Amino acid sequence: MTIYDIVFYLFALVTILSAYLVVTARNIVYSAFSLLFTLFGIAGLYALLGADFVAVVQLIIYVGGILILMIFGVMLTNKITNVQIKTGAWQVLPATVGVGIFGGFLLAVLLNTNWLNLNVTDSPATTFQLGQLLMNEWVLPFELLGIVLLIALLGAASIARK
Amino acid sequence: MSQEALINLSVIILFLPLLGFVLTLFAGMKFKWAYLIENAIIVIGFLLSVVLLYNKLSYYVETNITAEFSWINFGVIPFFGEIVVKLGIMLDNVAVIMIFTVFLISMVVHLFSIDYMKGDKRYNRYFAYLGIFTFSMSGIVFTHNVLMMYIFWELVGLSSYLLIGFWFEKKSASDAAKKAFIVNRIGDLGMFAGILILFTTYRTFSFQGIFDAVAAGHLPFNSEFWLTVTGLLLFCGAIGKSAQFPLHVWLPDAMEGPTPVSALIHAATMVAAGVYFVVRIFPILSGDALLVIAIIGAISAFIPATIALTQNDIKRVLAYSTVSQLGYMIMALGVGAYVFAFFHLITHAFFKACLFLGSGSVIHSMHHEQDIQNMGGLRKKMPITYITFLVASLALSGIPFTSGFLSKDGILAGTLAFTSLTGNWFFPLIGFSVALLTAFYMFRLIILTFHGNPKNKEKYDHAHESPFLMIMPLVLLSGLSIFLWYTPNPFNADSGWVLSKWVKAPAISVPESARYSFMVEEPKDESIINQVEEVTFSNEYTHAMHSVHVPTMILSALLAGLGILFAFMFYQWKKIDPDKLAAKVKPLYNLSYNKWYFDEFYNTVFVGGVLAFSNFLRWFDNTIIDGIVNGSASVTRGISRLSRKFDDGVVDGLVNSTAYFSGFVGLLFRKFQTGKVQTYIVLVIFSLLILLFLFKSF
Amino acid sequence: MVTVGLYHFLFVSTILFSLGIFAVVTRKNAIMVLMGIELILNSANINFVAFARYGNFGFQGQLMALFVIVLAAAEAAIALAIVLNIYKVFSSVNVDEIDRLKE
Repeated sequence: MTIYDIVFYLFALVTILSAYLVVTARNIVYSAFSLLFTLFGIAGLYALLGADFVAVVQLIIYVGGILILMIFGVMLTNKITNVQIKTGAWQVLPATVGVGIFGGFLLAVLLNTNWLNLNVTDSPATTFQLGQLLMNEWVLPFELLGIVLLIALLGAASIARK
Repeated sequence: MSQEALINLSVIILFLPLLGFVLTLFAGMKFKWAYLIENAIIVIGFLLSVVLLYNKLSYYVETNITAEFSWINFGVIPFFGEIVVKLGIMLDNVAVIMIFTVFLISMVVHLFSIDYMKGDKRYNRYFAYLGIFTFSMSGIVFTHNVLMMYIFWELVGLSSYLLIGFWFEKKSASDAAKKAFIVNRIGDLGMFAGILILFTTYRTFSFQGIFDAVAAGHLPFNSEFWLTVTGLLLFCGAIGKSAQFPLHVWLPDAMEGPTPVSALIHAATMVAAGVYFVVRIFPILSGDALLVIAIIGAISAFIPATIALTQNDIKRVLAYSTVSQLGYMIMALGVGAYVFAFFHLITHAFFKACLFLGSGSVIHSMHHEQDIQNMGGLRKKMPITYITFLVASLALSGIPFTSGFLSKDGILAGTLAFTSLTGNWFFPLIGFSVALLTAFYMFRLIILTFHGNPKNKEKYDHAHESPFLMIMPLVLLSGLSIFLWYTPNPFNADSGWVLSKWVKAPAISVPESARYSFMVEEPKDESIINQVEEVTFSNEYTHAMHSVHVPTMILSALLAGLGILFAFMFYQWKKIDPDKLAAKVKPLYNLSYNKWYFDEFYNTVFVGGVLAFSNFLRWFDNTIIDGIVNGSASVTRGISRLSRKFDDGVVDGLVNSTAYFSGFVGLLFRKFQTGKVQTYIVLVIFSLLILLFLFKSF
Repeated sequence: MVTVGLYHFLFVSTILFSLGIFAVVTRKNAIMVLMGIELILNSANINFVAFARYGNFGFQGQLMALFVIVLAAAEAAIALAIVLNIYKVFSSVNVDEIDRLKE
C-alpha cells in the first residue's frame, strides 16, 4: 500500500461521491458545486496518471470555463426569486434498472477482457511531447479544432442572440 | 268406267263440297248470291254420285275397289318397327249406296233451306256450313281405314257444332252445340283407344288389312277378350255419334238448330254415321261384343220411345224417334241382322228426313211455332205437307207397302231368329213393344198437328202451304218411302235387288270360338239354295231367318195397326182421356215427360262432380299450396332476421372488436411516443442491453 | 487493497459513466442533463488517459483527452445557447415539458 494507492483511493472517492451528489441533488446549485468537486477529483486522477498538462487544462477549461458557463445557464434559466431552485427527477426506477444493468455489463466486459500489454509508460514532462505531437502528426485535427471553436463561437452567438 | 276412273270420281265427289264450303264462305262475305255456288255444287255432286252408284252396281257389284296412298311415313322406329300411315278410299256397295243417300238428302236439304232460311243474316254462311258437313260425311263414307274415319268423324262433329249453334245468340242454342260436341267427344275417347289398340297390334289402319290379320288368327294382345274389348271401345264412338244410351242426351237438345239441319244431320246422315261405322267393323266384332251392342241398342230403342209419348214439341218427338230408330239399327247389328240394319239405315234416312222437313214446313208456316198443343187442323191448310208427312209416318210405323215396313220387319225377324237360335227373348220383346209405341206417338203427333180443330186461331189463319222449293223435297222423300224402289214384292225384301244382290253380310274375321254359334260357317245346305240366293253366316241362321219371316210380318203389322188405333182412340175420337190417364199413372208420366231425368242426373253427378272437384282444387291451391308458399316465405323471412341479428351481433361484433383491439393496442403503443428525449434514451439503453445480451461472447 | 492498476481507473470511469447516463435520463432540468453529459465526457477522458499510461499508447491518449476537452467546451457553449432559446420559447427548462412531438 503505497502513497500512490492511498492518494488514488482518496481522489476516486471524492470523484465518485461528488458525481453521486451531482446526480441526486435537488438543488441545482448544489449539483453545480458538486460538479466542481468532481472535476477537481478527475484532475487529480489525471495527475496520478502522469498527465500533468491534461490535468491543468482540465482545471482551466472545465472548471474555469464550462462550469462557470453552466452556472450562468442556471442563473439565466430560473426565476431566481429564491435561492432554493429546486428541481426534480423522474422515471427513476426504469433508469436505475437499465443503467444498473448496463453498468454491470460494462464492468463484466471490462473485467473479462484481456487488456493488451500493461506496460507502464512514464514520462517526466508531457507538455513538450504533446506540443511535438500537435505540430507534427496531429496538426490537422489541431487546426480543425480551431475552426470548430470558431464555428461554435459563431453558432452560440447567433443562437443565443434575440 | 274403269276402276281407276271410279276412284277419281269418288275423290271429286269427296272434295266438291269442300270447294263449295270455301267458295261460299269467302264469296258470301261480299256477294248476296254466294249460296247459289254451294247449291250448284251439291246438285253436281249428287249427279256424280248417281253416276258412281250406277257404275259400281252395274259393273263391279262383286268387287271392292280400293286405292290408297302413303300419308305419313315415320320409317323404322326402335322397338316398334315400321310405322306408315296410309289413307285411302274404299268403294264397296254399302259405300256407294250410302253416298247416294247422303248426297240426295243433302241436296234436298239445300233446296229446302233456300226458302226456309230466307232472310237470315248469316244466310251464305249457313250454306257454307252445309258444304263442309257434306264433305265430312262423304269422307266417313269413302274411307278405307279407321284413322281417316276418325279424322272425318271429328270433322262431322265440328260441322254439327257449327250448325246446331247457328243461331248462337240464343243461349240454349250455343249450350246445345257445346253439349253435342262434348258428349260426342266422350264417345270418341273410347273410339280412339280402340283405334290405338288396333294400330299397335296390326300396324295398319285399313279395314281390309285388319280383317285379314284377325282372320289369320292375330288377335290384340293374343286374347279373344281383348278383341271384344277393342270392338266395344270402337263402338263407344258409335254410341256418341248415334246418340245411343247413355250418350243420347245431346240429340234432343240439338233440335235448337234450324230444322233443315236437324233433317240432314240428326235424322238422316250424321247420326247414321255411327251405324255405318259398326257396319264397317262388323267382321271383327266378337259374339260377346255383339251382345253388348244389341243390349245397348235395345235400351236406346225403348227409352226414347217412352219419352216421345208425352212430348209436345214437334221436333222433340221426331228427335226421340230418331234415337229410338237408331237403337233399332244397332240392335239389329247386335243380333246379326246386318243386311236389314243397313237397309233400315237407308229407308229411315229418307222417311225421317221427310218427317223433319215436313215439320219444318209446319213450323215455317206457323211462324216458328213448335208446340203441337197450339196447332191443329192444319191438313186443310197444308195438304201436301200433310200427305207427305202421313206417308212418312206410315213408313216409320211399319205399315205394309212402305219401305219402312220392309226394313223394320227384317229387323224384327232378325230378333226373333236370334231368339230361336239362342233362347234370348229380350230383343224381340223390346223390338215389338217399341213398334207399338212408335206407331202410337207418330199418329198422336199427326192427329194433334193436322187433325181436329185449331187451338190457336190467329196462327191458324196465317198458316199457308209452303213454297215449291220446300214442298218438292217432301214429295221426293215420301216417294222414296214406298216399297217399289227396293223390291218388287211388298212383303218380302229378300226378293228385291237391294238385299239379294247389292248388300251382303260380310265374311266374319273373328275366330270361330268367339262368334255366335250361328255364325260359324258350314258347307252350304242344298235345300236352302233353292229358296234364297245367299246363305247368310250359316245354314242354321238362314233357315231361322226364313222361318220367322211370316210370323214377324203379321205381328208387326198388327202391332202397328194397334198403335194407330190407340192413337186415334186417345186423340181423335176422344174415347179415352189422355190427361186422366196421365194423372192415374202420374209417376210414369212424369218419368216420360222429364226424359227419365237423364239430364238432371248427368248434371248432378258429372258436371256437379267436376265443379265440386275443381272447387276442392281451388281450395287446395289457395289454402295449402299458397299456405306452403307463404309459409316458406315466412320461414325465409325469419331466417333472414336471424341472419341479420347474427350479422349485426357476431360478425359486426367481431369486426368491431378487432378494430377496438387494434385501437387499444395502438393506444397502448402510443404511450411510447412521449415526445420526451429522456424516455427515448431509456428505451435505447434497454434495446442496447437486449442486443448486448443476445450477442455477448462470454 | 490491491495495487492500483488499470482496472481501478477503468472502474472509476465506469461508475462515472453510469452516473452520467443516469443523470441524463433522470433529471428534469436541462442544465442537469448537460451536467450529466459532462460527466460522461469526463469518464471517457479518464479512459483515454488511463490507457495512455497503461497501454503503451504513448501520448496520443492524452492528446485525445485534450481534444475531448476542447470539444466539450464548444459543445457546452452551444448547448447552453440552445437551452437559453428553449427557456425563451417555453419559459421553462424542464425537458419533460418539452414534448410537442408527443404522439
